[in-house]
Amino acid sequence: MEKFTQLTGVAAPLPIVNLDTDKIFPAIYLKTIKRTGLAQWLFQEIRFRPDGSENPDFVLNQAPYRHAKILIGADNFGCGSSREHAPWALLDFGIRCVIAPSFADIFYNNCFKNGILPIAVPKEVCDELMEDAKKGANAVMSIDLESQTISRPDGEKVHFELDAFRKHCLLNGLDDIGLTEAKNADISSYEGKAQLERPWQFGLTQKASA
Amino acid sequence: MPKPRTLFDKIWDAHVIAPQGEGTYLIYIDLHLIHEVTTPQAFEGLKLAGRGVRRPDKTIAVADHNIPTTNRAAGVAGIDEPDSLLQVQTLERNVKEFGVPYFPITSLDQGIVHVIGPEQGLSQPGMTIVCGDSHTATHGAMGALAFGIGTSEVEHVLATQTLIQAPAKNMLIKVEGGLGTGVSPKDVILAIIAKIGTAGGTGHVFEYAGSTFRDMSMEGRMTVCNMSIEAGARAGLVAPDDKTFAYMMGRPYAPKGAAWEQALAFWRTLPSDPGSTYDKEAHLSAADIAPHVTWGTNPEMAAPVTGRVPDPAQIDDPLRRAAVERALQYMQLSPNTRLEDVPVQRVFIGSCTNSRIEDLRAAAAIAQGRKVADGVTALVVPGSGHVKHQAEEEGLDRIFLEAGFEWRDAGCSMCMSMNNDKAMNGERVATTSNRNFEGRQGKNAKSHLMGPAMAAAAAVTGKLSDVRQLG
Repeated sequence: MEKFTQLTGVAAPLPIVNLDTDKIFPAIYLKTIKRTGLAQWLFQEIRFRPDGSENPDFVLNQAPYRHAKILIGADNFGCGSSREHAPWALLDFGIRCVIAPSFADIFYNNCFKNGILPIAVPKEVCDELMEDAKKGANAVMSIDLESQTISRPDGEKVHFELDAFRKHCLLNGLDDIGLTEAKNADISSYEGKAQLERPWQFGLTQKASA
Repeated sequence: MPKPRTLFDKIWDAHVIAPQGEGTYLIYIDLHLIHEVTTPQAFEGLKLAGRGVRRPDKTIAVADHNIPTTNRAAGVAGIDEPDSLLQVQTLERNVKEFGVPYFPITSLDQGIVHVIGPEQGLSQPGMTIVCGDSHTATHGAMGALAFGIGTSEVEHVLATQTLIQAPAKNMLIKVEGGLGTGVSPKDVILAIIAKIGTAGGTGHVFEYAGSTFRDMSMEGRMTVCNMSIEAGARAGLVAPDDKTFAYMMGRPYAPKGAAWEQALAFWRTLPSDPGSTYDKEAHLSAADIAPHVTWGTNPEMAAPVTGRVPDPAQIDDPLRRAAVERALQYMQLSPNTRLEDVPVQRVFIGSCTNSRIEDLRAAAAIAQGRKVADGVTALVVPGSGHVKHQAEEEGLDRIFLEAGFEWRDAGCSMCMSMNNDKAMNGERVATTSNRNFEGRQGKNAKSHLMGPAMAAAAAVTGKLSDVRQLG
């Protein structure tokens, strides 16, 4: 996973409450067996018209936002389906940070697994950032993960909260599986104990034909 | 005296392997359900890193999202859509290579992943259960902590049988009283979501308690738990009780003999201790719940079928007003329209929410002796091979076919239209599935969520209808 330390780029406003992952990445394209090259289907239904041409009203089709690296969203961003294709497609488009007043849990988790930083800020703060993001080419913001700050276009700094473990993993681009494998002895010891306490749960699925 | 613990607390505590830094823990996963859509990239990741599957004996695979609901006897060769075929073939290759047990699509055991877990007795009280699918909360009806995960986490579980998680908060959803005639578990969960909103449960695990859930069948509890995610909660649980144990007994993968007695003793320790406290609570009275339908583009946009489409002009918050305006524009509905005046062109009875035998019986009771209205296409898609078989034993297939419904093979089908079953040309759909998001059931499809009897009523009348008027 790519590290996340600092990021500077245009922030695009996306003031849609309850933006669901079906809207970010429609189910019909879930047939892919790849995790790259997914930006072509990002926001498909609202980004393109029925004839396949770009919808000029959609923010990411407008000149300054075509290269947006940050999205400013609304409450409950990323709700619905657990599909990781949503953050994969955002990443493939070039989005490394999403800022919103609140996120749906699974989407929030999925972002961290892909080097995307989701930042939850109070609604009043998000409203101000949303106004900043409407400034087109001037909607440039900087994120500094180490100091947990967002720099607004006028230079003002906004602090944000983040749990220390996730911050550590993002800053260092750590692979969760590698971290967990280092605890293999703990896992094996847990399994030994669990097998004594709940033996019926072991060998559970073996009856089915492999 | 130790602090009273909730059902969630007890399952959580029993699965913590080690702390993983500030506020996060490494937890053990007892059962991992996998399907064709959210696993190809996870297996690819394992291969690239030279990793194997740690516990194939705690993993089960099935193809459900992408498969046709016709011509099942042809097996994988019957999948005519090339990308779908590739995804199912990829799953079959991966389970073989990694030694993961698999229910083939020609098997009676095959079905929607959230239907077959409980049906087979794989999903058991007190377990942690995960799947790369947000409707994994369904298994919470068994008294298990079950939640959806992304593909990176699928890979993590395959490799280590663990997950790194922060504990959720507890939220009590209490509903008391008996359900009125024609009111189904689907109406209960739609009423709950309409009350607390699509983000009402974010960061929380629901515990559904009160006499309404105690008196509800296991399948009804599955319908309720299934839609916990639509209120933002990753998981929803019902305390295991005698009804749970009676349901479990004798199922193919349930413990037997001495193991059953040992399991039962453990399961009985799981319900929340008296005096448990919750971070948040919501209370409803069953007597206030009428048959519901959704009118908008997320599940909180629901109302009693006797109601009207809301007027966005009455909403103060500008973003919420914009959301309702956008929803009504997409749904092509005018404010204040009577819901019972809204015509439908397509009906879908199925999905992990409502495709079990009780759902099909409820729909068949309305379909019996009636005909699907002119201009309406209606599909019934059982949740598993066994549900289909049982329904045919009971003659439900004849009732549906005689009424003009199509009778299909098991799969996710029109819930999210990854196979050939979808709404065409922006049709309006009465659907028993769980999401009315824009475009989910087909391009410009307008989805109205409701229970199975209500969907059957819509099929025979050709419009959203109050099932209580059909008797």
